[in-house]
Amino acid sequence: MSIKVLIPTPLRPYAGKQSTIEVSGQTVGEALSDLVAKHPDLRKHLFSEDGKLRSFVNVYLNDEDIRYLTKDATPVKETDTITIVPSVAGGR
Amino acid sequence: MAELIDSSQAKLSSEEILRYSRHLIMPEVTLEGQKKLKAARVLCVGTGGLGSPLALYLTAAGVGTLGLVDFDVVDYTNLQRQVLHYTSDVGRLKLDSAIDKLTSINPFVEIKRFDIYLNSQNALEIFSDFDIIADGTDNFATRYLVNDACVLSGKPNVYASIFRFEGQASIFATEAGPCYRCLYPEPPPPGLVPSCAEGGVLGVLPGLLGVIQATEVIKLILGVGEPLIGRLVLVDALAMRFRELRVRKNPECPVCGANPTVKELIDYNQFCGIRGEEAEATASAKIPEIQPEELKRRLDDREDIFVLDVREPHEYQIVNIKGHLIPLGDLPTRVHELDSSREIVVHCKSGARSAKAVDFLRKSGFRRATNLTGGILAWADRIDTTLPKY
Repeated sequence: MSIKVLIPTPLRPYAGKQSTIEVSGQTVGEALSDLVAKHPDLRKHLFSEDGKLRSFVNVYLNDEDIRYLTKDATPVKETDTITIVPSVAGGR
Repeated sequence: MAELIDSSQAKLSSEEILRYSRHLIMPEVTLEGQKKLKAARVLCVGTGGLGSPLALYLTAAGVGTLGLVDFDVVDYTNLQRQVLHYTSDVGRLKLDSAIDKLTSINPFVEIKRFDIYLNSQNALEIFSDFDIIADGTDNFATRYLVNDACVLSGKPNVYASIFRFEGQASIFATEAGPCYRCLYPEPPPPGLVPSCAEGGVLGVLPGLLGVIQATEVIKLILGVGEPLIGRLVLVDALAMRFRELRVRKNPECPVCGANPTVKELIDYNQFCGIRGEEAEATASAKIPEIQPEELKRRLDDREDIFVLDVREPHEYQIVNIKGHLIPLGDLPTRVHELDSSREIVVHCKSGARSAKAVDFLRKSGFRRATNLTGGILAWADRIDTTLPKY
């Protein structure tokens, strides 16, 4: 099953400069594991050393934050889109 | 939502009625709404990329009191996007430059200036004289400070931030809605997320996002429409796509949750990892460096030195000192292009990326790799002043 992951600009250098990556998995956690398996440089930007999602990176399944679904275990289906939303601070 | 602005004392002169006539004839604004705008007090934190369009449109719209916080001076690299400031303003205080333009657009607006760096000691006092805070700052420490000060003082935080050609906007810290910490409980460690100065920003992008902020400020004042509360708008100018994500109020939020642990302003530099920066500085202190003057002398003496440039190809195009180009990200896969028996001097724009490259090279057996102090900017300052800087 193929799920679309949208990669934000700051992380594109670690994802082969792509803005969208197709991954597979039954849950958000599996989809993200597949993503970092395909693009290992992304790992340290998404996960801390103990394997937890970093607190300044939010992951959305469609328009909902996975923290308010069932986190990593949230099931995904073919038409879903996962969006990675890191914090950015620029303003000047 | 309760009325944010009390307009009972506001009066408009005939000159103002004429000026705002396109507002007055709209059923969503009317004379009543224009009086609310006149009674409103909005604080813009920053008069740069986001602050420029924000302040310009809020002034034109007739917001009665506009506070501006900035301590910075206009420089040439600001002019590509900070439309409040003109070429002739380079070297002036941004506040002087901003106030000239804003009073000339609308003399009926009262401008309050704060030539200061917003911090935990002054933020609450400054915020107390305003109804709405618009965050146009450029670093995580100030963004968490603005958020917490908004939550503690009960003022909405109209937020936007930008990177390259992408931006985010939302309204935080209203009574019912989430705050910035509900969205991002903690900042990234220093150095992991590049700033606009390091990563670049498309000049029109702060225009797009700053205008979204101005729109939301005006809607909050008028009490019309659907405010951007509990929603995060993502703007991708390259694809020209606007997406919307839900932001929920986190019941366990340390500032706005049911049992807050942050009840007063904290040290935001520490919160954002000044310790981390120190650690990074110590790490880079161990990386051997060479001063531009010494490199110049040794190259002039025709010593065998291989100059490696680890910037991106588009930066190389702007200016280079004829180094061999391998962008930092490609170094692990292209390291075979280098000869470990030769002395290698690595440079980037200002020295940070090349320090990482030297660290990597030394660990990979290139024991004669050193970092050019200050990068190509230092070279342009101290060796060849004909080179352009960026």
